[in-house]
Amino acid sequence: MNSLLIAAAHIKGPHIDWASLSPVVVLAVGALVALLVGLLRGAVARQQVVPALSLVTLLAAGALEIWRFGHPATIIHGALRIDDLALLIDLICTVSAFAAVLLAWRSEAPRDAGHGEFHGLLLFSVMGMAILASSQDVITLFVGLELLSIPLYILCAAEYRREGSLESGLKYLIIGSVGSATLVYGLAMIYGASGQTGFAGIAHAVATHNLLGDPLLLGGIALVVVGFAFKASVAPFHQWTPDVYEGAPTPITAFMATATKAAALAIFLRFFDVALIADKTTWSPMIAALAAITIVVGNVGALGQTSLKRLLGFSGVAQAGYMLSGVVVATHLGVSATVLYLWAYLGMNVAAFAVVHANQLETGTDRISALQGLGKRSPALAWSLTVAMLALAGIPGTIGFIGKFQLIHALVSGNHSWLAIVLVVGAMISLGYYLKVVAAIWMSPAGSASEISGVPVPAGAAAGLAPIAGGAPEADRLPYPEVVFVAVVFAALCIIFGILPQPLFHLASHAGSALRGLL
Amino acid sequence: MSLSILIWLPLVLALLATQLPARHIGRASALLSLIPLAIAIDFMARFKPSVSGLQFVTDKLWISSLGIHYKLGINGLNVALILLTTVLFSISLAWSSQREISRPRQYYFHFGLAQSAVLGAFTAQDLILFVAFFDLMLIPFYFLVGSWGSGERVRATIKMVIYTAVGSFLMLAAAIAAGILVAHQNGTPLNFSFSAIAHLRLSYTDQDWIFLGFAAAFLVKMPLTPFHGWLADAYKSMPIPAVAVFSGVVSKVAAYGFLQVALPLFPHAAHHFQMLMLLIALLSILWATAMAFTTRDARLVIAYSSVAQMGFIVLGIFSLKATGGQGALLQMLNHGVVTAAAFFVLAAVAARAGGSESMDDMGGIAFRAPVLATFFLIVTFANLAMPGSSNFIGEFMILLGAFSSHMWIAIVATLGVVGAAFYALRLFIGAMHNRVGGRVQSFELNRIEALAIAPLVLIILALALYPQFGLSKSQASVRAALAPATLGGSYAAAGKPHRVYTHTAAAASASTSNSASR
Repeated sequence: MNSLLIAAAHIKGPHIDWASLSPVVVLAVGALVALLVGLLRGAVARQQVVPALSLVTLLAAGALEIWRFGHPATIIHGALRIDDLALLIDLICTVSAFAAVLLAWRSEAPRDAGHGEFHGLLLFSVMGMAILASSQDVITLFVGLELLSIPLYILCAAEYRREGSLESGLKYLIIGSVGSATLVYGLAMIYGASGQTGFAGIAHAVATHNLLGDPLLLGGIALVVVGFAFKASVAPFHQWTPDVYEGAPTPITAFMATATKAAALAIFLRFFDVALIADKTTWSPMIAALAAITIVVGNVGALGQTSLKRLLGFSGVAQAGYMLSGVVVATHLGVSATVLYLWAYLGMNVAAFAVVHANQLETGTDRISALQGLGKRSPALAWSLTVAMLALAGIPGTIGFIGKFQLIHALVSGNHSWLAIVLVVGAMISLGYYLKVVAAIWMSPAGSASEISGVPVPAGAAAGLAPIAGGAPEADRLPYPEVVFVAVVFAALCIIFGILPQPLFHLASHAGSALRGLL
Repeated sequence: MSLSILIWLPLVLALLATQLPARHIGRASALLSLIPLAIAIDFMARFKPSVSGLQFVTDKLWISSLGIHYKLGINGLNVALILLTTVLFSISLAWSSQREISRPRQYYFHFGLAQSAVLGAFTAQDLILFVAFFDLMLIPFYFLVGSWGSGERVRATIKMVIYTAVGSFLMLAAAIAAGILVAHQNGTPLNFSFSAIAHLRLSYTDQDWIFLGFAAAFLVKMPLTPFHGWLADAYKSMPIPAVAVFSGVVSKVAAYGFLQVALPLFPHAAHHFQMLMLLIALLSILWATAMAFTTRDARLVIAYSSVAQMGFIVLGIFSLKATGGQGALLQMLNHGVVTAAAFFVLAAVAARAGGSESMDDMGGIAFRAPVLATFFLIVTFANLAMPGSSNFIGEFMILLGAFSSHMWIAIVATLGVVGAAFYALRLFIGAMHNRVGGRVQSFELNRIEALAIAPLVLIILALALYPQFGLSKSQASVRAALAPATLGGSYAAAGKPHRVYTHTAAAASASTSNSASR
């Protein structure tokens, strides 16, 4: 015992900047507390206190992330870098998790899985994302990635009594593990080629030791791209996405769709635009081709879907392609365009998934046809989904337009005009399915009577059709006010930031300049 | 008074009106729409025709990191079109207010949004703002067709939106590229306002593809012939007030876009693609005339006649002559009024033919409806460009412009004028005269129908008596818009193109005749 203490005194841990690390610490502590409180007997403690605790944790983490904004620091001996890019991505994951907790408040998943476990795992996953987004070293990269993924495998299968959920979790586990294995292999080969694990060290080694064209490095890069592509659901490594999205509990799908994608793209940005920036000519065409394929595959795949969650899954694939094009150009503008689009993507997708969740709670299915009459049942939800769909399609006046605008801007300035054209073509195809959803909400199928009479008729003839629109008293009567709240707030943000995008541009440009060594 | 008030007021008023009980929304919307009309008249009255530049400018930096301006302004190109927009929307709302409409809150909201978007597109003086308003116009019409249309309305609306959006996205890409490339090639900060781009150099190859992006959006929206696939379905499904404003002003936004955006900003490309555009215009005129001959559907006769008219308008614009441009602008105004009137007359006729819009079910309607028949005849004469009507002057100037630039095109296009007389009279005679149709019940124009048709007929008559109204305001602006393209995009003219034009008019016409002979 004594010798152990002496030994411990001799180990010199690295200096830790606790202030910069605080968001991660808060998430870890919150997750543990949620896990412990979930053990209590009382139903109130489990069903109300645990979610409330995780909301508080996420709020605190969000506040700390905002506090650290503008104080870039490399901490823990160069393992993590807490800069504006990392903090913005962390904030996306935190907000997304906050929304997921609200959506899950009264749904099946936490009851089946146990409240403590459900929320604890969710918080651990956010923590993994925070670590992944700030990692500066292939070891922390892998730790972050696994910490992000393993809780999600479990959460996808949270409704274990439902076959679809179990299948989804298992599928994600197997395919995710293959992705992780590929990634680790690639990282090992890059280490073998460069002899370094830190990103800065790798960058230095690649630049100085003339490693360009080194087969070991090239093989490593290829495997790393594949590993990341699995996580970000980039085609052709996207096949799991629609299945897993469809089977997983909807709040988890919403979280996965937004937060995982943000974290995966953050590590794309960090790894390729920092560690491998000197080898840009090698990987840039490869990722550009992947982005183009992803845009086409995602958009075409979504066209024939009848399930909303699958449709959003394919749409998420397409959007991953859009965002990947910001990685390709490898400029400050590209980075900031990707981050901006991630924020836009967060708003649009959370709003959409919240409505899908609400509609699923009410009708028991996520078929597009189940949206029929949503405009009458709940105008608030109907408008939210309409806004989300129009924003995803990139209609002006919404945040989706601003996001696509900045991506095209980055591509054209970065001499990748052809990819900008692919993006535009993808956006055109996407109208085909986004508008189908909007039509399902508002328009009764063809063949039913026209709703405007050609000839003047006496008033009251059509009194049977109660007109419903605008300010929605119906929304208050819905049994799930928190879900409606999430949908309406995020849809409203899509419009507000679509009209006044300046603050977002400002933040995103900070993220862009966080990466040194770019143009 | 700021232009922002004019363009956003319709939306605000629509939102206010939807707060009323459902029974009153229609009337309230129709009455409130007189306020934007009054404001538009006020702008028209204060407009100084002698100035070729912008008036009543609002210019604020909207998104500073991208150099996007919230810039609005009026010049001779849009002043009359703005007035036309407010007039047609007021009349369409008046027509709607007298009818039972399901879900009136949404219906009037979409109308307000549509009016704001159209006015915004007409006044915008920044590329991105213009594109934004242009795309925003699509949304209310998507809903108006899909929710209140008839027949295969969902299919029709999705088809319309996809066609239009393909054009719009190409335009968006072109607009972004224009701003970035101009900034790149001149070493200036990003700035998307028309005036900034017009005065800076853009390489010829870039101009070419950017111009084609804009042309795609405009040609689909009008539509002209190879791009008209959505037209028949959408026009068939649209409710009458929506199709009146769509054909009346929304299609004009596209033609206006050529004059205000494509020609002054990308003059070299406009010059380069002049022949292509003239051929598309010619093709549309001939094809649409043939279609209007053959269809038995009265609504499609009007729809195809408006394709032919849009063909004439593009013909005038791409004659790249001041006469042709002026004629095109006048014709936009004329056609906007006439086509809206024709659709309202059609609604009245269909109501007497048992709700059918097929010419097979019509006939003999004039029997007990002399006033309706008179109104219809006036609209028909205006539509076929009878000498004495303002349309005649418009078409005459267009053809004059086309003659002086490419004579054989003008000669072939004249066939369209002849054809118009045939199909317009065929429709009138088939509906109003001939044997009485099986389900026809002839009765006189009632107060509600007159509310929409009478003002439009009065405007047609007023324009016939005083066509200068459309011409006098636009002279200086049309010259300024066409001058750079007439010169073939030579940048000697940059800065003050209209002055250079007057000095070198002879050289300019020489250069165009050279290119014609090539």
